[in-house]
Amino acid sequence: MRNRVVVTGMGVCAPNGVGLHEFVTSLKNGTSGIQFHPELEKLNFSCQIAGKPNIDTIYLNKYFTNVQLKGLNASGVFYGVIAGRDAWEDAGLTIAGSENPDWDSGIVFGTGILGVDKFREAIYQVDEGNVRRLGSTSVIQTMASGISAYLGGMLGCGNQVTTNSSACTTGTEALLMGYDRIKNGKVKRMLVGSCSDSGPYVWGGFDAMRILPRNYNDTPEEASRPMSASAAGFVPGSGAGALVLESLDSALERGATIYGEVIGGAVNSGGQRSGGSMTAPNNEAVQRCIASAIKDASIEPNAIDAINGHLTATTKDPDELKNWSVALGRSEADFPYVNSFKGHFGHCLAAAGSIECVGTLLQFKEKQIFGNINCEDIHPEIDKFIDASKIPTTTLAIAPKIIAKASFGFGDVNACAIFKAYS
Amino acid sequence: MQEEKYQKLKAIVQTYLPDDVSAEEIQLESNFTQELNINSANLVDIVLDVEDAFDIMLENEDMDGMQTVKDALEIIDTKLAAK
Repeated sequence: MRNRVVVTGMGVCAPNGVGLHEFVTSLKNGTSGIQFHPELEKLNFSCQIAGKPNIDTIYLNKYFTNVQLKGLNASGVFYGVIAGRDAWEDAGLTIAGSENPDWDSGIVFGTGILGVDKFREAIYQVDEGNVRRLGSTSVIQTMASGISAYLGGMLGCGNQVTTNSSACTTGTEALLMGYDRIKNGKVKRMLVGSCSDSGPYVWGGFDAMRILPRNYNDTPEEASRPMSASAAGFVPGSGAGALVLESLDSALERGATIYGEVIGGAVNSGGQRSGGSMTAPNNEAVQRCIASAIKDASIEPNAIDAINGHLTATTKDPDELKNWSVALGRSEADFPYVNSFKGHFGHCLAAAGSIECVGTLLQFKEKQIFGNINCEDIHPEIDKFIDASKIPTTTLAIAPKIIAKASFGFGDVNACAIFKAYS
Repeated sequence: MQEEKYQKLKAIVQTYLPDDVSAEEIQLESNFTQELNINSANLVDIVLDVEDAFDIMLENEDMDGMQTVKDALEIIDTKLAAK
């Protein structure tokens, strides 16, 4: 028995919008969430701009109890809980009562590293011989599975509750893990998503690698330039995205709103062979991942109307699109529409996949393909095999039926999900 | 003096109450975990806040014996007297 799997709720805490309404408005209008951060300048970062969700005006008691908020210093937990609980509410689901958990609901909520600011607090205390002064929440705020644990308790989920971690693939992988579990009849619904902390301790390592743009500190909104000839590196981001996946039967039974269907997907690794490395993808592996996802979805490559790429705005963007072109056997004007939301909010690292999956699915609801920003000057290598009309710079009133979304990550790991409009 | 200490302790305990337990429920005889429904992990935080508020230091054994509000007040008294 293979269940069909649909998306019935979504939540997002992104640099260009907290909550679906603000987020979709920003995506449609090409509003950037990248800002200059004086803190990064003070700390001598080369790249002093970043994408950080603005949660200053969010009423946190809607999401956390007072006790939970006490000493909470893990930005990823704030973002993940806001997105996760919003998705649950958006799906019209209630919270399990105080006695029994909801055995039919589970969570896969990934992260790269959690609670770095809390960990920093702890390190200072430990180094000063004050371990007894750490308090009770150092562990739960800094364990990777802290985010799924917080959400699991808040919602009362009684099925699998876990955290995955696969660098920038994390969010899309989480979605596919939940999809597999529902498809195979092990659970009715799964909250899937991912979060990524913000701040200098997360972003510093990337700055040190010299892979972030250095010349846009005065013009932050122009810095993230996926597919552009002037792309100068990825802008670091943060936040969280969350989706409620559910068996079609369960969704219909509840009369839930359906954003779209997950019809297939694949994950793999290039084994850091044949050009693949800790930081670069093995092109054959990327092509195989995309081809496997298409096969899993039982569709033909030409059924894909649009792609939401990984496309981080580094020199690797042309390679990624070449891989899509080879895997789909499509090029020039036959290539699907392609967009990357990283132009709007940068690369949200472990949260990238889930935030971008939310944006991808919103295109079904809006019956639009959201435009790219900062790629008026298409990279000449891309221009060689993809018609410029397929890389829209404004939002198009074209209703996509099938969209492929991929994420790739450090460690040479890949994930590709195929979504279909539900009708 | 004793009342002042009690109020100071109550103010600390109050911040660790679950949202569905009101501050009025804190009584001298209240058991932190059984009656006030405070998560046992948070007793550690109450101890740290007490240390800061009364400028004393509690040992692990002190914490073990601290089950009710009254227990806590007695430990605070003992520590203050020993200063």
